[in-house]
Amino acid sequence: MNPRLYPLAATIAIFLLAWVICVLQFPFMLSTRVVGNLLTDNAYLGIVAVGMTVVILSGGIDLSVGSVIAFSGVFIAVMLRDTGLHPLLVFALLLIVTTTFGAAMGWLIHTLAMPPFIVTLAGMFLARGAAYMLTIDSVPIDHAFYDLLDDAYYLMPGKGRLTLIGVVMLLTVLAGMIVAHRTRFGASVFALGGGEATARLMGVRIGRTTVAIYAFSGLMAGLSGIVFSIYTSSGYPLATVGTELTAIAAVVIGGTLLTGGAGFVFGTLIGVLTMGLIQTYIVFDGTLSSWWTKIIIGLLLLAFILLQKGLLRVTAVRAEA
Amino acid sequence: MTALRRVTPQLLTLAALVALITVFFPDFLRIELVNGRLVGPVMDILKRGAPVGLLAVGMTLVIATRGIDLSVGTTMAITGAVAAWTITQGYGLAPALALALLAGVAAGLWNGMLVAVVGIQAIVATLILMTSGRGIAQLVTEGRILTFSHDGLAFFGSGALLAIPAPALLWLATAIGVALLMRRTALGMLTEAVGVNRAASALAGVNATVLLIAVYVASGLCAALAGIVATADIRGADANNAGLWLELDAILAVVIGGNSLLGGRFSIAASVLGALIIQTVDTGILLAGFPSEYNLVIKAGLVLIILVVQSPNLALHWYALRRAIRSRRETALASAKETG
Repeated sequence: MNPRLYPLAATIAIFLLAWVICVLQFPFMLSTRVVGNLLTDNAYLGIVAVGMTVVILSGGIDLSVGSVIAFSGVFIAVMLRDTGLHPLLVFALLLIVTTTFGAAMGWLIHTLAMPPFIVTLAGMFLARGAAYMLTIDSVPIDHAFYDLLDDAYYLMPGKGRLTLIGVVMLLTVLAGMIVAHRTRFGASVFALGGGEATARLMGVRIGRTTVAIYAFSGLMAGLSGIVFSIYTSSGYPLATVGTELTAIAAVVIGGTLLTGGAGFVFGTLIGVLTMGLIQTYIVFDGTLSSWWTKIIIGLLLLAFILLQKGLLRVTAVRAEA
Repeated sequence: MTALRRVTPQLLTLAALVALITVFFPDFLRIELVNGRLVGPVMDILKRGAPVGLLAVGMTLVIATRGIDLSVGTTMAITGAVAAWTITQGYGLAPALALALLAGVAAGLWNGMLVAVVGIQAIVATLILMTSGRGIAQLVTEGRILTFSHDGLAFFGSGALLAIPAPALLWLATAIGVALLMRRTALGMLTEAVGVNRAASALAGVNATVLLIAVYVASGLCAALAGIVATADIRGADANNAGLWLELDAILAVVIGGNSLLGGRFSIAASVLGALIIQTVDTGILLAGFPSEYNLVIKAGLVLIILVVQSPNLALHWYALRRAIRSRRETALASAKETG
């Protein structure tokens, strides 16, 4: 097998192993209901993690996404409350706003030659601040179209519900896989992650690619915000605090190198589902306290990073030999 | 003199902010002596700025080595929980402080080992403790908010010495102490050397591994002090909210202080001024009567301005522009001489 596939294989193996352990203890974990809920509950995280994967593949980081999701929810809720616009039109407006926002951050990163960490940190403050300025309260969304979206699901055998937002998440992952692994833009992203100087020598247009990367992440954050607003039927400026770090953790567990240049969008989906599975297990168990979730996710993170380190060393040794 | 020139932009920013707030809130600079202690908005800023100020001292050193420490907010929660737990178990003040500081050292050692020995990127290595640390803090407090009534520990949050609030004193003493340690010995220069190029400094005889671990331990210790202040302030340990997102404020303070995230030269005084600027904005917005919703947007604007000012690209453009103007003027002069 191609050594580059090892991290992905390890991620999938650990996910399956974890599921087997869960099923042995609670046979009901195998039901389609659990699967359906796993997809629905983690839909917004999965979508935003796709954008984060592309950013991290390019060697960057985007700290603004959690705030952008919160802003999206508030934006939608306030627009639906104060104007008579149709939700679909509001969605389109929102996606334009968040994509432009991401593109602006990418432009600043390239033009100012400043680290993405600090530029997107400013973006994080700005998006959250903009959400506060729209409203400081939780605004409920009460619209017939939203009820329709909320109730849209396919009843799987075994009475599990494959909800609309779960399907949107799976489709986004598929789209992300195509963008990252099958397009010229994706190749530029990988090249940039391998090193800016080499990418430039290869003829990658650094500026344009950087803008597109962060615009893509902004688009994903906006989409995730839409899904989150359907999931919660409200907009709240304090929602999804820290989601950017959960997304980064999911990307790392999914086998993508944080230094950039190596990884898989599909792995990120497995990373998100692994974290969701741990949470589900703790709910099923009932006696474990919620803080064990955090500790176990931290340990998983460590395990995956050490695994990647080890694999890198093995492949480096093999390359020398 | 050069030290003063280094912090001039920060001092100017602070002065401009103070002037701006005074326009909206004339009593801003007033300080009174009430019940044997100084009170006033300025003292309030010095006191409330203590956690971020303490964190910024440690964070400056970490960033100087081209690292970053995302775990300091969580370390605050852990050390605060440890201090509160020790007090509620009836062990007294000295063991509580010692155990809290020890917890900070342990957190720093863990981060330092991952970065320096295992060789994990700092941002990921410290992310591990950041995500799991609140779980550890909740483990200590058993998921509750551990409250205590112990005047000795509460002194670090609300006490006063020589009419100055204790947190402010602790913060200033730490900053001055660490700055002296770094600048009166070679430690500061060695730290910068590791930040500029770890491999080269190791070849030049700097024990880069030990120095890197020491830097993260220093950051853990600063976080422990901040955790003690935060816990003492509310007389309780809140594992969920103590130090929440303060790591970002601390990083922001360091960046406002003009320190590069790419490592190398650092100034603790400038970082501490950065922390003061952040706290002045926070307090000033409230005093000036603006809704606190504007706080984050103003912070974002501030960061953006600082980014533009610091940008290496723009500096290069500026330099090229000045040189072009000068050379044009010289050629104009030369041609004027020839014709004249």
